[in-house]
Amino acid sequence: MNLITDPWPWYISGPLIGLTVPLLLLIGNKRLGISSSLKHLCAACIPKGKIELFNYDWKAQSWNLFFVLGLILGGLTLNILTDLDYQVSIADSTKTDLIEFGVSDFKGLFPKELFYWKPSNIWVLIIGGFFVGFGSRYANGCTSGHAIMGLSLLKPGSLIAVIGFFIGGLIITHLIYPFIY
Amino acid sequence: MKHLKYVLAGMLFGIVLIKSEAVSWFRIQEMFRFQSFHMYGIIGSAVIVGITSILLIKKFNLKTFNNEKIDLSLNPPKKVNTLLGGIIFGFGWALIGGCPGPLYALVGAGNIIYLIPIAGLILGTMVYGIIKNKLPH
Repeated sequence: MNLITDPWPWYISGPLIGLTVPLLLLIGNKRLGISSSLKHLCAACIPKGKIELFNYDWKAQSWNLFFVLGLILGGLTLNILTDLDYQVSIADSTKTDLIEFGVSDFKGLFPKELFYWKPSNIWVLIIGGFFVGFGSRYANGCTSGHAIMGLSLLKPGSLIAVIGFFIGGLIITHLIYPFIY
Repeated sequence: MKHLKYVLAGMLFGIVLIKSEAVSWFRIQEMFRFQSFHMYGIIGSAVIVGITSILLIKKFNLKTFNNEKIDLSLNPPKKVNTLLGGIIFGFGWALIGGCPGPLYALVGAGNIIYLIPIAGLILGTMVYGIIKNKLPH
């Protein structure tokens, strides 16, 4: 396996993701979480006093925005060093299911047919994004904050959130997908 | 530049997310169809490492590099909003095949189309802020 060009198996990448938890705690007493960056962005843009949720000193939590900047730079770095337009080796059964939804191009990290500048696709992406943004604020965290950080702290609330993530995801995948695609 | 360390930590996180393929729409579909162990392996092993490291921090009473006490306090769980919000998040997670961290990393990797779901994320956050008090919590 070539560490730079090949994808990493779960038993290498998963533990490394887990190590982000102690890394952030040790370097600055911070808890892993990505979705709060969106709240900070709103707080930075919306005039103070208008909306209670965004009425706080976002600059005091700006580390989170720098972390997100790093995420973007990480993606940029990998895109320069490696070819990300390879075929992800998903299960044959998944491929069969996706072909039914009209996916034919399996090259790259996402299906280009569905992520394309076409109004019908754009609506799915905006509405999906809306749910992620709304839901993560309502649940007070996303996959990183609840599934990784919260579960690492054995927080009961995070277990509830993760169960919710899967209830929602399973409903869309198994009941709604056939109607969208 | 006291925030540089967070930029570097974020870069590591982004690189690992892409290398794990957790950023891939295909992997998320595979996960929600229970057709591979891959994503469960990632989340499971990440959580095991996270739990272990927090236990070690507690056991050895580790301090931050600035010698501060590490804050591991918990708030009491709020069940209603966490479950409802979680379900709504799940709707979106399956629709766009990505959660916030991966979306940022994918934009960085040059996939400009992912700015569309990110615009949705910001909109959703804003609307939640506006109607928060009318929702059950």
